[in-house]
Amino acid sequence: MDALHPEGLSARGIHVWRGDRHVLRNVAIDVLQGEVVHVSGPNGTGKTTLLRVLAGLLPAEQGTVGWRGKPLDGQRDEFNAEFVYVGHENALKGDLTAFENLHYSVGIRRHLSVAEIESTLDLLGILRCRDLPARVLSAGQRRRLAMSRVLLLGASLWVLDEPFTNLDVAGVALISSLIGEHAGRGGMAVLAAHQGLNIPGLQARVSELN
Amino acid sequence: MRATGLLRAGGLLYARDLKLAFRRWEQLTQPVVFFLMVTTLFPLALSPELSQLRQVAAGVVWVAALLSALLALEFMFRSDYEDGTLEQLVLSGQPLWWLSLVKACAHWTVSGLPLVLISPLVAASLSVPAHAQWTVIASLALGTGILSFLGAVGAALTLGVRRGSVLLSLLVLPLTMPALIFGARAVDMAIMGDSPRGPLLLLSAMLILSVSLGPFATSAGLKVSME
Repeated sequence: MDALHPEGLSARGIHVWRGDRHVLRNVAIDVLQGEVVHVSGPNGTGKTTLLRVLAGLLPAEQGTVGWRGKPLDGQRDEFNAEFVYVGHENALKGDLTAFENLHYSVGIRRHLSVAEIESTLDLLGILRCRDLPARVLSAGQRRRLAMSRVLLLGASLWVLDEPFTNLDVAGVALISSLIGEHAGRGGMAVLAAHQGLNIPGLQARVSELN
Repeated sequence: MRATGLLRAGGLLYARDLKLAFRRWEQLTQPVVFFLMVTTLFPLALSPELSQLRQVAAGVVWVAALLSALLALEFMFRSDYEDGTLEQLVLSGQPLWWLSLVKACAHWTVSGLPLVLISPLVAASLSVPAHAQWTVIASLALGTGILSFLGAVGAALTLGVRRGSVLLSLLVLPLTMPALIFGARAVDMAIMGDSPRGPLLLLSAMLILSVSLGPFATSAGLKVSME
């Protein structure tokens, strides 16, 4: 597993230090079409760090991240257009309504219509929160709103950090099935989660960090 | 699916920042209130003698405006950084220098422009003659613009620093000294009845320099702060 995989996202020999701590030691990972990769491991083993490296937000001290067989550095813009990242924070503005949040954050990347936003909100079961400021939504509703952004962006690679936090049982099932559908269409997903995944019709590949 | 063009993306970001600013208007009014307070304290502390006030008016207006604009600088990227929207902007696929430019413009609109609009009132209270009013407005419009674009660089660099506001002032204030010197000089010359053309042109040159180079430095700073 030395060369970058010619398709999808792959990382080789990733080393990251945070201060004196050697957080990631020689991590390699591949995310291919139609595949869901589950990054697991106890708290503090660098799941978030790895996802941030994959997203290109944090440069790795050693190692390469590649997209479709070529190093990421030379093709940031192409990569950014094809992927979406949801971090610990939901990236929502508390003073903007649910609708406005999507209108601005997705609108900056692609043209979208009011009907599209509304149908996505409906799909995630938060259409009645359309005109409420995001700060009054519950933590679970905010997580659903962040997932609506993922759906609206229509990216082929999803990088999700703990997508199931704060979600109720129905929410976990809903997001799991959305991830499954995305992989079924040939999409890719990398996600960090403590709990086991239960994605209908698909077995996630587990990448354990320790 | 059609990707958003530069202009439309910029327009959306600008509209978003303005909307957010108006929904948090207490943050919006803070620099203006500070500006008014400082400038009204001077006649009380020095002397109400008009000729004496006129002598210090240029300096007082400019120092007060600079410090009030500096107050608001810290908030340019802070909330976006804390709620994760800044990460999304970095990853949006739009050039980050362009987004930084738009954000600095939006910041000027909500923190610099109000100071410019209220400055004739402040200048009049310091007995600046009517013929010098336009110079006050023009020099402050240029000066607050310079501060917004230079300050954006500092604000981006100090994002990851805990309690970065002191560091931010230390970084940005020395860079704005030329603007302060020429701005106050322009107002002074106008009060004396001379033409303030020279210092105003120099201020314009500084604004052009900071608008054209600032956004690139800001975007580099933002990327560093993201890590």
